[in-house]
Amino acid sequence: MSQSDMAERADTSGEPKSLRAVPYRGGGFRPGHWRFVGPLVFAVLLLCWEAGSRSGVISNLVLPAPSEALEALRQLVETGQLWLHLGASLQRLVIGWSLGVTLGVAVGLLVGLLPLARAGLLPLVSALFPIPKIALLPLFVIWFGIGEGSKVATILFGSFFPTVIATYGGVDNVDRTLVRMGQSFGLGWWSIVRKIILPGAMPAILSGCRISASIAIILLVAAEMIGAEYGIGAYVLMAGSLFATDQLLAGVAMLSVLGLVVSWLIGRAERRLLRWRG
Amino acid sequence: MDLLLRGISHRYGGTEVMRDINLEIRRGEIVCIIGPSGCGKSTLLRFIGGLERPDAGEVLLSGPEPEGSLNPLTYVFQDFALLPWRTVAGNISLVLEDHGLGRQRIAAIIDDVLARTGLSEFREALPRQLSGGMRQRVAIARALAVRPAVMLMDEPLSALDSQTRELLMDDLVSLWQRERFTACYVTHNLAEAVRLGHRVVVLSRRPGQIRTVVDIDMDLAERGPGHPELEAIQSQLWTLLRDEARAADREITDVAE
Repeated sequence: MSQSDMAERADTSGEPKSLRAVPYRGGGFRPGHWRFVGPLVFAVLLLCWEAGSRSGVISNLVLPAPSEALEALRQLVETGQLWLHLGASLQRLVIGWSLGVTLGVAVGLLVGLLPLARAGLLPLVSALFPIPKIALLPLFVIWFGIGEGSKVATILFGSFFPTVIATYGGVDNVDRTLVRMGQSFGLGWWSIVRKIILPGAMPAILSGCRISASIAIILLVAAEMIGAEYGIGAYVLMAGSLFATDQLLAGVAMLSVLGLVVSWLIGRAERRLLRWRG
Repeated sequence: MDLLLRGISHRYGGTEVMRDINLEIRRGEIVCIIGPSGCGKSTLLRFIGGLERPDAGEVLLSGPEPEGSLNPLTYVFQDFALLPWRTVAGNISLVLEDHGLGRQRIAAIIDDVLARTGLSEFREALPRQLSGGMRQRVAIARALAVRPAVMLMDEPLSALDSQTRELLMDDLVSLWQRERFTACYVTHNLAEAVRLGHRVVVLSRRPGQIRTVVDIDMDLAERGPGHPELEAIQSQLWTLLRDEARAADREITDVAE
């Protein structure tokens, strides 16, 4: 160390003349964990609404109080109508959605794996995907009958197309080196599809499921507005035509809870199936 | 079982990437292939294992397959190629499941191969929980599980840091001492080549041709970092490669490696 260096060191090691801490600038841009804020916002909103209705700020004609909607829901439970409506809707949803997703994954795999299937089917899928399936509902009624057939078909078609697109996108994104590894160890075609491609595409398939499940719920309500005796959609439609706004809100709340439950279930499935992602 | 490469030439589109490669890989030896980047080392390895077909020439096997070999030509990849959704045991099980061995037999092979590579305690770990070095050890264990006749190693240590690389080189040496496996080992690292190779094949830049083959007659166990004789060979190899590497570095690449 040279003389001048020593001199400088001695200088700075004395009383600090202009020592400043390095400013911290790495904060933010990080998702946090505020678990209770969501329900809290929800509760505060409901309380304000209830208080507004009771004090007359919100007219009962415009919007009934949450307590009234709750009362309508209670009546539904008491008369046993709730289970009839919910049962009918759930049945349509489960059958239509699971058939749509199963077929969608199968076709998505074909499109992702076979160049011929991709060339033949992808333009068709792209052309049919943007059509609102509600617009086709009258056709479905003619084809599959006014009963359960047309409702299940609407949900099926609605969940089929997003699943196809999510699945083949997922297949495209599977790490090619893993496929090559499978080939190099002499795994059969079906083994590679089942053990490498399908698990590799699973994250994309599951996020496709999230989308198709929401679409399925929307279509469920639309389909139940034509020729259905029971079902949440039929209940909401009936309430709406009688201007029974408390019942209408009860029905809408049921739909919202249904949506939450479905998304919770898919979240559970994601955690289970994608545990390996950590 | 020996491997014989005869007159292998290849083009990608209009670019000639390989010209007339003749090589023999004999049982129980490690043949290292070195060359500047883009000279087609990895492509050559894919030809040897049948993952790609050369335009001209042939890869031949001579002699019977070893007893009980499930996959005579077995790769060890640079990026490990482990399924992230399977545990260590599951990844090894993957390559055994298609052979109709039965659960117990598969479990026995996994136990055996994990014990041989010192991985038994990691049996149920997922790849993301392991360091790079451990992942490559798992990939090597997976390769050993199918009793390969020839291991085709594509820059197996290149994704690891230099300390881990030293450790794994020692592992490979002691593994070879015990099992006398046959390997074709592609690398761009000259130190690896002189530590592990019984023969070192030097490829030229594109179009890749064999420039020389250097025999190293020294027991693998005697070799170590800083061995004067090895240093000499390494610097001799570098002299051969330097101009090629410099020229290759300045080339515009339009073909996929």
